[in-house]
Order: sequence, then structure tokens, then C-alpha cells
Amino acid sequence: MIDARGYSCPMPVVMVQKAVQKDAPASLEVLVDDPCAVENITRFAHNHGYQAAAQERDGGAFSLTLTKQP
Amino acid sequence: MEPDIKLTKLADCAGCGAKVGAGVLAQLLEGLPVHRDPALLIGFDKSDDAAVYRLSDNLALVQTVDFFPPIADDPYLFGQIAAANALSDIYAMGGDPKLALNLLCVPKDMPDSAVHDILRGGYDKVYEAGAVIAGGHSIHDAEPKYGLCVTGLIHPDRVLSNAGAQAGDVLFLTKPLGAGILTTAAKADLCPADALAAAYSRMTVLNKGARDAMQGLRVHACTDVTGFGLLGHALELAQTSGVQLTLHTSAIAIPPEALALARMGLLPEGMYRNRRFAEHAVAAEQIELAVQDALYDPQTSGGLLIAVDPADADALAAALAQNAVPCAQRIGTAQQYAQGAHIILR
Repeated sequence: MIDARGYSCPMPVVMVQKAVQKDAPASLEVLVDDPCAVENITRFAHNHGYQAAAQERDGGAFSLTLTKQP
Repeated sequence: MEPDIKLTKLADCAGCGAKVGAGVLAQLLEGLPVHRDPALLIGFDKSDDAAVYRLSDNLALVQTVDFFPPIADDPYLFGQIAAANALSDIYAMGGDPKLALNLLCVPKDMPDSAVHDILRGGYDKVYEAGAVIAGGHSIHDAEPKYGLCVTGLIHPDRVLSNAGAQAGDVLFLTKPLGAGILTTAAKADLCPADALAAAYSRMTVLNKGARDAMQGLRVHACTDVTGFGLLGHALELAQTSGVQLTLHTSAIAIPPEALALARMGLLPEGMYRNRRFAEHAVAAEQIELAVQDALYDPQTSGGLLIAVDPADADALAAALAQNAVPCAQRIGTAQQYAQGAHIILR
């Protein structure tokens, strides 16, 4: 789980990239509060073998679930 | 402030990416009184690059103002880019810049040498343009910002607005895209150094060579590509001219590093803003998303988008090459607009 709340672009996608490169997790949960980060992380996921589903949370935050595609 | 602090870290959004979105801007201007003056040939209701005011039958003023937070860490480079960008609006109208005034916002603790270097960058570019800086205004602000108000001269019959494109025109773009993506990645130290240096170098290039190349040719419309990205500015040109544009994406110069960074999701917020503003009028067909992203990417001190009569297209290509505008590309054509998308990507 990555908590990138409080970080503005491009930092959230950089944090996700580092986690994916390090462990290649089967799934990854990411919290962000920058709408641009939702789009950027989705772009990254689709180009790196992951599906991404975003859900709006209370207080303007978003949770993204990245799942590795088989 | 530490003397070695990075200028771009002081800014929330960089360069022309800080521009208020086109859609929001239209809302903000709505309802404001518009006082007509027959001498005002181009005003803010025209969404053009600069205002044009006729002084006599053969002389008009062209006036613009442009400023933004640091897009580069080097203060001298930032000053040069901000000035080249402000001067560009005059060139996009076909004008000749003559007089400039500085606009400067600086944090109280910014080192004097850094402030001096920003201004020196501005002076050098304005001098290169053949204009003079006559003064300016500076205030304290938490975030540094720099730019200029520029006044130029033009013959009223030779004003190049963005509203005159005609069916059959050939479209040229005089600088590569990708500046917003590359500088966004640089904020995370993920932009290859040579790609970033090349992008900065392009941003310091005046659009004077491109303006000179257009002289004497049947150029029907021109605009400079800045914060709204190629597609945002192309859409304004298409809508105000009442034409449809077909853009050949393979002919548009996009640095490969910018495409790779777009695929990694290193995209500036302004790209998404530009996409939301323009995508309803763009038929993107099967164009790769990263390429589309580059076309929506906000540019700072970008090139000119020129619509020229097809009979003069070869002459313009030759004149651009002669005026040392080596990246000028023939990127598409204009057609009669009937219905549907204003811009077709192929």
C-alpha cells in the first residue's frame, strides 16, 4: 500500500513506479489526493502490465487498485 | 533561501502549464463589458495571441503580456525562456517587437544574483529581438514569476490572426512538442539530461526566424503553440477560421523521450486540462494515447502553427529552412468544415 496523499504530480506515479520495479507485486493499493495522479498512475499501469481501478474516497482522496494482468 | 535551491521546486506548475485553462478563462471573461473601439482590430474577444490597435492606415500597435513561474532551475535560462515566450505572441501576429516592460515576482529571500540572472536572460533575448526593455514592475511573492509586457508594430493589413485559415491551406509547425512532459519528468529527475537540454535550447529560440520566413507569402493564419498545447491552439484556429484541420501525427516532431515518459504516466496536469477542453472536437481514431498526450501537452515558448496558401507551401518550407528554423514540419492541411470534429488526427 502506497500513501501518496499530499504529493502532487509527478511524485505519486514515481512512487508507484519504484514499487513496481522493486517487487513487481501481483496487486498494489495506492492512495492519492491529486486527480492528475489518478490519471497518471492509470497511464503507467496500462503500459506496464497492470489493470487499474480507481475509487473516490471521502475528503477528495482516491484509492487505486493495480492488479497484474496474467 | 539556500543559494543552490532549484527554482522549479519553488513553483507549483511550470511555465505555460500554469496558464488558466481555456474553458475556465472563457467563464471568467463572461459578462465583462466589451467597449468597442473601431481602432481595436483584435481584442480579447478573439482568443488571439496579442491585441492589435490601429494608429494610422499603415501602422498598428501589437501588444501582449506573458509571465509564469520557473520552468528551469538556471535563472538565466528561465529569463531567456520567459522573454522568448512573451516575444512570441508578437511574432505570431506577424509583428515586430519594439518595447518591453519586465514583470517580476520574487521571494524576499531569493539571492540577488539569481534575480539578476533572470533579468539578464530577459534583457539578452529582448536585445536579440531588436527591441528594448524600458522598465517594469517587481513585487515580492512566495513563488518567483517572470515575464514581459511587449509592444510591437505592424502594418494593419499584414496582421496574422488565427481566424483566417482557408480550405486547402497547408499547416506548418516550427518547433517540436514535448516540453511540458520533459520538464514534468525533470521535476522527478527522470528526464534524460540531453533531452531536457535540447528542450530548453528550443524554448530559448525566438520565433523571429519563423516570422521572417512568412513575410511576403500568402499566410492566412498563424498562432503560437503554448499553454493550450498543439491541439488546444489548433482547435482555436480551426473554430475561429471555420475550417477542419487534418493533422498527420507522423509528421509532427515529438522527442522519443517525451513519448517514453508519457507512457510512464509522467504527464503535467495541464495536459489533462487541455484534453478535456479540446477532445470533444478531435477525432483521434487509432492514434496511440502517448502521441495524443504529446499533442495536448502544454508548451512553453513553443513554435508557430502556420496556415499557408498551398501555392506558397514550398516557398515557406524553403524560407523556414533558410531562416534557420530547422525543425519546421509540414504537419497537415485545412478543409472546409461541415460538421463533426474540427480536427482529424491521422
